[in-house]
Amino acid sequence: MSITDRVIAIIAEQAVLEPSDVTPESTLEDLGIDSLGLVESIFAIEEEFDISVPFNANEPQASDFDISNVAAIISGIEKLVSEKV
Amino acid sequence: MKRVVITGAGTINSLGHSVPDTLEAMREGRCGIAELEFRDVERLSIKIGGQVRGFETEGRFNRQQMSLYDRFTQFTLMAAKEAIVQSGIEFHGDLAARSGVVLGTAGGGVSTWDDNYRSVYEDGKNRVHPFVVPKLMNNAAASHVSMDHNLKGPSFTVSTACASSNHAMALAFQMVRSGAAPVMVTGGSESMLCFGGVKAWEGLRVMSKDACRPFSANRNGMVQGEGAGIFVFEEYEHARARGADILCEVVGFAMSSDASDIVMPSKQGAARAMSGALADAKLNADQVGYINAHGTGTAANDKTECAAVADVFGPHADDLMISSTKSMHGHLIGGTGAVELLACIMALRDGVIAPTIGYEEPDPECALDVVPNEAREAKVDVALSNAFAFGGLNAVLALKRA
Repeated sequence: MSITDRVIAIIAEQAVLEPSDVTPESTLEDLGIDSLGLVESIFAIEEEFDISVPFNANEPQASDFDISNVAAIISGIEKLVSEKV
Repeated sequence: MKRVVITGAGTINSLGHSVPDTLEAMREGRCGIAELEFRDVERLSIKIGGQVRGFETEGRFNRQQMSLYDRFTQFTLMAAKEAIVQSGIEFHGDLAARSGVVLGTAGGGVSTWDDNYRSVYEDGKNRVHPFVVPKLMNNAAASHVSMDHNLKGPSFTVSTACASSNHAMALAFQMVRSGAAPVMVTGGSESMLCFGGVKAWEGLRVMSKDACRPFSANRNGMVQGEGAGIFVFEEYEHARARGADILCEVVGFAMSSDASDIVMPSKQGAARAMSGALADAKLNADQVGYINAHGTGTAANDKTECAAVADVFGPHADDLMISSTKSMHGHLIGGTGAVELLACIMALRDGVIAPTIGYEEPDPECALDVVPNEAREAKVDVALSNAFAFGGLNAVLALKRA
């Protein structure tokens, strides 16, 4: 599975949706994922890819990690995976 | 209904090992938050906290006691001794039979769990010390206070996360006010600053990596602290008859439950607890001069709390002072309301308002007088102490100048 498919599978599971219902343009809000759901998704992503995602729930906009939609999340993760030593 | 006064106070926390040292630090706006020091700290992403330093157990507790006292119990016993010595009370006969201990803690003996799990899981040992259970249990501290001071009345421990000690003190207040007990020793304690304790909090992603800046627009989370605050709550006539020095009066309390979310706070729940405490104390909102805020420094708490204060106090919200001393001692979780009650006592008794330090940028969603960075002199007749816990459980105490 590609990174995209793996991330979408995690997000879909959190949103209780089919992966086909999660598009790159979807925002977390569209998918009904709240702040707790986001923290859980990030945990699942970190476990899946063995990476650390810089994210503080108090200032979600402040970190380099863009969560504005699914495509942004995927590209952020691709970057973190490629930087992994 | 009886009147209830506080005749003794004790503490140990990152600002000091006694009440005078802690109040001096609060007056000076000192910060007790620093780099954490314990085993495996390098494996944490959060490496700061309000840790108690320079605390030697040697000479204070013997070997037998050390095998039974987790750090949260050690803190409790230190603070209880200071409070009971200050009150000048000795528990004998009928007084001892009817007086008890109600304490709050969220985690109890967290470092005892941590040490012993490490021993069996990581080190592969198959045997633990025989006193692990009595050392880690949440009521261990309350039980040891009862034994040390001969308190034989109602004694137990309350656990409501970050509101534990406010719930405990509210119950102690109720017992003395109703006449069920002439004196109650109350407050709370916490010691979660160990690898497992901080690792669990890290997971929530609400912790700051650099500082606790309540109400400041650039706040980025909470910082944990540790320690204990213990008080002697005494029936007024009993205190007066023995010529006790009265630190302040406890005049009301309220508890409420948000019944909405396991971690997100609710403005309505917080507001109901504050207005409930005023109603219980038969006070008007405009009599309140100071609020010791829950003020965790998270995005969610601070704006919700300020909105709740605005709802309850209306235009008077702009006249009162509200500060969060968590900026100095960190968030003591189940012990936090107890240490913060000291700031209320200082406001009422000494006319000094503890500041919110680390305040850098105004936040329009927290547009109240948060006593930024420097303590202030002011005469205060009534103070509130807020605690709003995970799980949506809130407890607010109302105190009055003696």
